[in-house]
Amino acid sequence: MDDDLLGALAVDLDAAFEGLVLAHQDRLYTIALRVLGDPRDAEEIAQDALVRAYRALATYETDRVRALRLRPWLAAIVLNLARNRATRRREPRTTSLDQPGPDGRSLDERLPLRTDQTEPVAAVVRREGADRWAALLAELPARYRVPVVLRHVDGLSFAEMSAALAKPEGTLKAQVHRGLALLRAAHEAVVRAEPQELTA
Amino acid sequence: MSRIRPTDPDYAAVEAALAALAVPAPPNLAPTTLLAVGLADAYAPIDSPIGPLFVAWNGRGVSAVVAAADPAEDPAAFEARFEREVGRPIRRAPSLPPRLETAIRRRLAGDRRVRIDLDLRGHTTFERAVWLKALEIPRGEVRPYAWIAAEIGRPKAVRAVGSALAHNPVPLVVPCHRVVRSDGLIGQYSLGGPGNKRTILAAEGLDPDELETLARTGIRFIGSGTTRVVCLPSCHHARRIQPGHRTPFRSLAAGLEAGYRACRSCRPGSAAAIAA
Repeated sequence: MDDDLLGALAVDLDAAFEGLVLAHQDRLYTIALRVLGDPRDAEEIAQDALVRAYRALATYETDRVRALRLRPWLAAIVLNLARNRATRRREPRTTSLDQPGPDGRSLDERLPLRTDQTEPVAAVVRREGADRWAALLAELPARYRVPVVLRHVDGLSFAEMSAALAKPEGTLKAQVHRGLALLRAAHEAVVRAEPQELTA
Repeated sequence: MSRIRPTDPDYAAVEAALAALAVPAPPNLAPTTLLAVGLADAYAPIDSPIGPLFVAWNGRGVSAVVAAADPAEDPAAFEARFEREVGRPIRRAPSLPPRLETAIRRRLAGDRRVRIDLDLRGHTTFERAVWLKALEIPRGEVRPYAWIAAEIGRPKAVRAVGSALAHNPVPLVVPCHRVVRSDGLIGQYSLGGPGNKRTILAAEGLDPDELETLARTGIRFIGSGTTRVVCLPSCHHARRIQPGHRTPFRSLAAGLEAGYRACRSCRPGSAAAIAA
């Protein structure tokens, strides 16, 4: 599917770009939403990512466009923007000048751990179904949350994740497994807390 | 390292719950993205001296300005014509983006320093050169077509300049109304006809009747007896000359012969060919 799209993008970016938007907007919005948690931030970042993708494609040679792996490439743009947004939110403006640039720290290490926003179990218990899982996911440390979102919400392969996050597949597999274990444990804790909540 | 595999049945429920967290993008995401990259346009009304206008824009800049009161430009007709001629979808927005609206109001009020990006894709470099030159004409002043032609280095292309101005997609924002016939008469106007051109010029502080009266008597240039500088009649320097010191000339050559020098602001030399 993306091969046809890439071929069309390489031939006539302006004619084909709407196809890229329609094919990828849902997953890019979903990634941003599940990584950041805020729908308005997610919409802004998904749009910004698509605009950046357009501008990048406009500068690429035909062969480079054809060789792109669209799914991980677009996911990486969204995650970069999400990380920048999260960093800006977390750190006071006055320290931004001291902030090291490309500092060797991996992408998810720079996403906030959200320790400041941890919801008490009781608050998560009140949520149901998808809302509950979304809240539990939001509580995951970023180094697990990002790989879990890419693997199980977006459905990327480990090879695609490796391309998007520039990490070995083995590392990502371990992080996804750990993330799932944490999620299941957190979910069980919430379920156990339910009866007390009902009688409270 | 954990030996648990994601295919572990214990994790099936977690994986299914996570897969269900995929959501559709908000309905505005695609339209606003296409607008931002300039593959679609939006438009909204704004007031002007000649009544309401529709201003169309995208992420690259302003793409069209039309008279909203013109029956030929009712929303449906304008949208259809825009999509046919420009080849991009357009949709109505409740209002202009605040920064763009402020910038256009300032531009209409005569502030040349305000920056308004224009989306002039699909037009020739000659047309763009004409429109960018028209942007240099100050509010309350006019220049002949030949002046534009000379200033962009195409002195013989006077008719082509007129044609380019007639096809200006962003009238008022690019003030093609400040370009007049080379014989000094006001001339045609693309935004609803010559009546609108007079209205806009009058709103900018120029008296079109006075200008045409002067043109009919053959006066093309005005010199100052005190500064010995010769200007185009609408130049702000010429308009400050006291009546007793105003020296009319039929040609720039006549002024230069009389010992006057050409104004560096309105550069009457660029309009001199037609007056020779």
